[in-house]
Amino acid sequence: MSTLVQTSETEKVKSVSVPKPYWNPYLSGIGLGLVLLLSFVIMGRGLGASGAFSSGIAFVLEKIAPAHTNANNFYKEYLGDGTKSPLKDWLVFEVLGVFVGGFISGALGGRIKKTIERGPNITDRKRLMFAFIGGALMGIGAKLARGCTSGQALTGGSVLNLGSWAFMMCVFAGAYALAYFMRRQWL
Amino acid sequence: MNMPFFKYGMFGDEVSLIVAFVIGIGFGFILERAGFGSGKKLAAQFYFTDMTVLKVMFTAILTSMLGVYYLSVIGWMDLSMVYLTPTNIMPQIVGGLLLGFGFVIGGYCPGTSCVSASTGRIDGMVYLLGVVFGIFGFGEIFPMVSGFYNSTFMGQVTLPQFFNLPYGVVVFLVVLMAVGAFVAAEWGEKNMAKKAGAKK
Repeated sequence: MSTLVQTSETEKVKSVSVPKPYWNPYLSGIGLGLVLLLSFVIMGRGLGASGAFSSGIAFVLEKIAPAHTNANNFYKEYLGDGTKSPLKDWLVFEVLGVFVGGFISGALGGRIKKTIERGPNITDRKRLMFAFIGGALMGIGAKLARGCTSGQALTGGSVLNLGSWAFMMCVFAGAYALAYFMRRQWL
Repeated sequence: MNMPFFKYGMFGDEVSLIVAFVIGIGFGFILERAGFGSGKKLAAQFYFTDMTVLKVMFTAILTSMLGVYYLSVIGWMDLSMVYLTPTNIMPQIVGGLLLGFGFVIGGYCPGTSCVSASTGRIDGMVYLLGVVFGIFGFGEIFPMVSGFYNSTFMGQVTLPQFFNLPYGVVVFLVVLMAVGAFVAAEWGEKNMAKKAGAKK
């Protein structure tokens, strides 16, 4: 019985599309490490992600409420001295590239799919609610820690930055600590 | 060799933005290749069923760490010119924990959610909205939390400086630790697969 169900399921998947398998994790890791190394060699800085969104937010807020935004030291850091647009920023362009690169890889691998990633025991609605809450927590955490997984863990990690290593350990600790309570979403 | 090229003035700001875009493409491409556009695959890390996150992250750190280290040993790269984010230990610990919570609740981190969104995942797009909302919220309360944000400042400090060990020794220890983690990850995955098999 179970084999019967399995075959019909695999056939269904095949008839829709055949996404190519992901790369071997160690190979992906070496690739990612080389991209990061290239960034160090060419630019003297590593990768990032969350900073680009801060620049975008500061840019938009400055247009809507200039006085309020300029009075805030957090936004001010991204606005700079006003001589150039906060969007003409290294991380902003890098993150635009991330969207494009991800799309290219997904398209080549047949993995572009309008879907919601979730386990079988949770509704789409709830999953999207959790996605938003998780994103918001991540946004706050990344600002408090002065970087996210790419800016702190990967980049700071490979130049042996003390704060980055403490940060990285805490990311794993936090995620594992909460994993049990989130199991219905994923398992 | 004068590395990093940008710091030696080999090109200007405008060109650096093109470099940023190209490096970003490489970054996004590899993240997607590794399977990091999928929230399910990322979250599986925290249930020990798929240790890809750990393997990719530590292999990447090893590759880049060894590259930077050897380029500086042979004198091609000036390590002091590589930007080091200053450490504020307490906000970074609290921020790290929040990020960990956000990771397992939301299924992504900011970089991986970009790849997830650009490959069609609705949850990735909603997650990105959450990130924007979170950063905006942080920005709005910043005047209230700036005291904590700037607390426990330690300056630009590396593990070798903090533990008073030679740089190469710490590099070696990180390699040892990563290899240990890889062995444990492979063993753990096999064990979990066996368990899952037994349950069926």
